[in-house]
Amino acid sequence: MRWYWIDRFVEFESGRYAKALKNISLAEDHLHDHFPYYPMIPNSLVIEGMAQTGGLLVCEHNQFTEKVVLAKVPKAVFHCAATPGDTLIYTTTVEYIRPEGAMVTATSHKGDVLHAEAEIVFAHLNDSRLGSLFEPETFLRMMRLLGAFDVGHAADGSRLTPPKRLLQAAEGAMA
Amino acid sequence: MPTKEEVFEKIQAALVDALGVDEEDVTPEATLVGDLGAESIDFLDIVFRLEKAFNIKIPRGELFPEDILTDAKYVQDGKVTEEGLSELRKRMPFANLDDFAKNPVVQDFGNLLTVADMCRFVESKVEVTD
Repeated sequence: MRWYWIDRFVEFESGRYAKALKNISLAEDHLHDHFPYYPMIPNSLVIEGMAQTGGLLVCEHNQFTEKVVLAKVPKAVFHCAATPGDTLIYTTTVEYIRPEGAMVTATSHKGDVLHAEAEIVFAHLNDSRLGSLFEPETFLRMMRLLGAFDVGHAADGSRLTPPKRLLQAAEGAMA
Repeated sequence: MPTKEEVFEKIQAALVDALGVDEEDVTPEATLVGDLGAESIDFLDIVFRLEKAFNIKIPRGELFPEDILTDAKYVQDGKVTEEGLSELRKRMPFANLDDFAKNPVVQDFGNLLTVADMCRFVESKVEVTD
């Protein structure tokens, strides 16, 4: 299993907000245990999806130089269940990004229905041992795979492009 | 201009949201770490909520000067030196450091800050009425 809990970005405004969608499918193994005969996406994975949406938004603002990790979830409220066939839209809005960490507010919608709301705090780690989890080429691959550069805009309204250091690192990794 | 009571109520609300504690647990005497269970990441969250609630700016290290506690100049054998204590007093006029100064073990510092200290800290940044 790959640890992707969003399928695609549909909007990405650098340093401000990002919107991603998550299609729920019966092909996801865990849904057959959560719960037998009543499959629904676990709330924890909705939070993870919102954290991936917001986390990449924070990473991009930092030009992918910080090790951004989910640190705490001060608030998470779920209003209904989401089941196979549903498409969830996660919208995350930056509250602040500082040298030591960041916070986003997040919502999950099923069509027009509010499915969940959360606050998510990220920490910027300075532990160099975690380097392998934050390789530039990994970020580049994720951002491309999720379509962030297809729909994204930089802070000045121009099209979002990968930072040079990500491209150089990816080239270096291929060489 | 808020009253002291209003300052306390806003701080209480911020701590309830940031730490997931009950309102009645957030008393003036409660310590953030020991009684309310705050961890280091919570201070980032708390500072943000205070800034939003009171429309103020709190520079890094102003409420919780961790830079002093990690500076070899101010810490020896796990304890804050006299020079460090004097620097802490200068930087934290809102906190009572007398008890901590008797045995200034760095690890115990986190348990020093109370809700009342935070109220005094905010009152030093916004104009309040009685």
